[in-house]
Amino acid sequence: MLAFILRRIIQAVLVMLVVGFVAFSLFRYVGDPVSIMLGQEATAADRVRLTHDLGLDRSFVVQFGHFVANAAQGQFGISYRMGRPVAALIAERMPATLELSFLAALFALVAGLPMGVYCALRPTSWLARLFLTASLVGVSLPTFLIGILLILVFAVQLGWLPSFGRGDVVQLGWWSTGLLTRSGLKALVLPTITLGLFQMTLIMRLVRAEMLEVLRTDYIKFARARGLSDRAVHFGHALKNTLVPVITVIGLQLGNIIAFSIITETVFQWPGMGLLFIQAVQSADIPIMAAYLSLIALVFVVINLVVDLLYYAVDPRLRVERVVAQNG
Amino acid sequence: MGRKFALALLLSLLAIWAHGARAATLRWSAQGDILTMDPHAQNVVTTTNIQAQIYEPLISRDKQMRVVPALAVSWAQSSPTVWVFNLRRDVKFHDGAPFTADDVLFSLQRANEPTSNFRVYAGVASSVRKLDDYTVEVTTAAPNLALLNQLSFVLMMNKAWCINHNVGRPQDFKNKEETYAVRNANGTGPYSLKSRDPDVKTVLAENPNWWGNREGNVSEAIFLPIKSDATRVAALLSGEVDFVLDPPLQDLTRLKNTSGLKLVEGRENRIIFLGMDQSRGELLYSDVKGKNPFKDVRVRRALSQAIDIEAIKSRVMRGFADPAGTLASPWWGDYFTPSMDQRLPLDRPKARRLLAEAGYPEGFEVTLDCPNARYINDEQICQALAAMFVQIGIRAKLNTMPPANYFAKLQKNDTSLYMLGWGGPPSDPITLLRPVLHSPRPGGDGDFNYGRAIDSKLDDLIDRIDIEADPARRQVMVAEAMALHDEEVLHIPLHRQVIPWAMRANLRVVHRPDNRLELSWTRIE
Repeated sequence: MLAFILRRIIQAVLVMLVVGFVAFSLFRYVGDPVSIMLGQEATAADRVRLTHDLGLDRSFVVQFGHFVANAAQGQFGISYRMGRPVAALIAERMPATLELSFLAALFALVAGLPMGVYCALRPTSWLARLFLTASLVGVSLPTFLIGILLILVFAVQLGWLPSFGRGDVVQLGWWSTGLLTRSGLKALVLPTITLGLFQMTLIMRLVRAEMLEVLRTDYIKFARARGLSDRAVHFGHALKNTLVPVITVIGLQLGNIIAFSIITETVFQWPGMGLLFIQAVQSADIPIMAAYLSLIALVFVVINLVVDLLYYAVDPRLRVERVVAQNG
Repeated sequence: MGRKFALALLLSLLAIWAHGARAATLRWSAQGDILTMDPHAQNVVTTTNIQAQIYEPLISRDKQMRVVPALAVSWAQSSPTVWVFNLRRDVKFHDGAPFTADDVLFSLQRANEPTSNFRVYAGVASSVRKLDDYTVEVTTAAPNLALLNQLSFVLMMNKAWCINHNVGRPQDFKNKEETYAVRNANGTGPYSLKSRDPDVKTVLAENPNWWGNREGNVSEAIFLPIKSDATRVAALLSGEVDFVLDPPLQDLTRLKNTSGLKLVEGRENRIIFLGMDQSRGELLYSDVKGKNPFKDVRVRRALSQAIDIEAIKSRVMRGFADPAGTLASPWWGDYFTPSMDQRLPLDRPKARRLLAEAGYPEGFEVTLDCPNARYINDEQICQALAAMFVQIGIRAKLNTMPPANYFAKLQKNDTSLYMLGWGGPPSDPITLLRPVLHSPRPGGDGDFNYGRAIDSKLDDLIDRIDIEADPARRQVMVAEAMALHDEEVLHIPLHRQVIPWAMRANLRVVHRPDNRLELSWTRIE
């Protein structure tokens, strides 16, 4: 068990290194931060000096080496655009992104699960058809368009909800939350729906497919033959067995939600890490881009690691196969 | 005791009521947030425009962009290189400290540190001396008529505040930490910084002790950056913001036709033009081998006469452009005359004839480099230009790049034909002549002459304009230099940008060519 975990952690570190390397080699193509930082009146001598101060005149290998050494200590340097430490900037933005991501995941689950169950139990009803058609829209419309449409209807036409920002936030230690104020809650509605819609349709379709599969199995037939009520069959037996793969998928999707909140955050001016990243890309703010990409990679690696470990704990066959494989 | 308290309460309630009667909150938005509150760290117009509500220069600009006293009440030259400035008395910083000559000396020196982005302005003073608490003497190395202009860009900080918070120098990227001045501010201006949450909101509050005369009634101003164009417009439509500095062009008609909203248009001091590689023996990106067609003035002239600038104005810019005949700025004051602004007319037959005379009857192929999303509709302008050049036989291949990559490419002179914009806060002719028109040499001259268009007569004129002490003679020389440049078509002017602002109908604003919203002039009716 310990050896397995250790192996996985070493693999995770390798993945992180590769991500860091790829990200870092891409930075050379995003443009020259120096000319952006200095503005148009600067002289060539100023540019040379700043390039040297930032260490951009050193070779790629040296720059990458410094990056890895510093990153290992949690040091990502100072943002070129804002002149503030990257770690502090990311820490400030993280609550906004995480709050939005978890709410979006919750929304996807709470709305998607019952819809999926309903579609499986009443596959021919008009409501189920409506859900399926609507879910097609959810899958095929790009996120930014959904966001803009929601803003148009609920902010501009109806005037019910704000079109941008987080509203008033309450500071709980280093964590800022919009869940405790009225304006903060109102501001969460549209971004949550925008970000969660795709995942919701995914969960709905997954639940529906899994459940239809389960409903065809023998033990459901036996349960019915025993005269159990529909309710007990559907929710006591069928749904329970449907949920195992669904939970796995939701866990993995959480990483996606956090990573792809960039678009939602841009549309709604949501002050999270994604917005920070987009602005960093435009001004070639390498320290922020590097930190953000590393962080997202870390999120995926950790989630995958946890899922693997859970499988290992839950599924005895994995352990057996490993033993067989090692012996063979 | 109880009575006193009641009286005090009543008085303060009255004060709140009286204040509330004229107090108004302005919520305004633009695409990007300010980068820093440090007034010497970043020379970016969007940043300095907001800083200038908090910090003030010695010399400022009025609504017509004329030079007017700010923290200096008067000035005089005791010799062509020595200027004496009399400072305004009884000015207080937001923290209550008085503004004195020591702050001027300190600020000019701070803005001239190697880590400052304002050295190009503050550096004109070779020495600064304090004569008494309210008199400062500035000496320049050579006669410099642009001094007042250059000083209008240097904002004044409080020496004691900077020393106490260890921000005697602007942001230094070698020293990897945040400085206090990045998120805090202490100026003398009409507004003080109340709170700042980067990328979310910045709140400015009226400075009740400001020395100036506040024409507007904005008591609190909240800046809310919104990156996405559509969301910014939606926020204006839904009433969540009152003013948008940079509404997207495609939404203007809609905004104009929405009741309760209006557009205020103003010409920006920014000229968009084309430059050509006139230095290499053979162009990097062309099918002409062994020679450089752009070295021939007839080819440059042909290119210029192939441009249908009115079509670009009406179709690409939707009317938001002002066709220009020169790189000279109409905000140069007496240095600009309307006769400078003569465009070479659109004349395709003549352009083809000029090409044939120059030895290119079949035209040639060349790459047109263009930024995307740096200037208004820049990419679309270049698409239109490419189509126009083809009509006289010049097959322009379009290469568009994001600004961050584009300018890095230009700095290496890695281009044959390129688009550039020049402008910002209106200033002296020398801020165009030296960096853009002079031939490149160490010290900043010609840094933006990416095509290395070189004319020794023009160089000589610019060097003399720089140190000319007599304004009348200097005017003649500037006119001569621009005529020389235009005769040789060293660059091809396109247009000056016209910037629309979108806002509630009850807002009264002044649209200046530096695209700055001056809060103290803004009224909410």
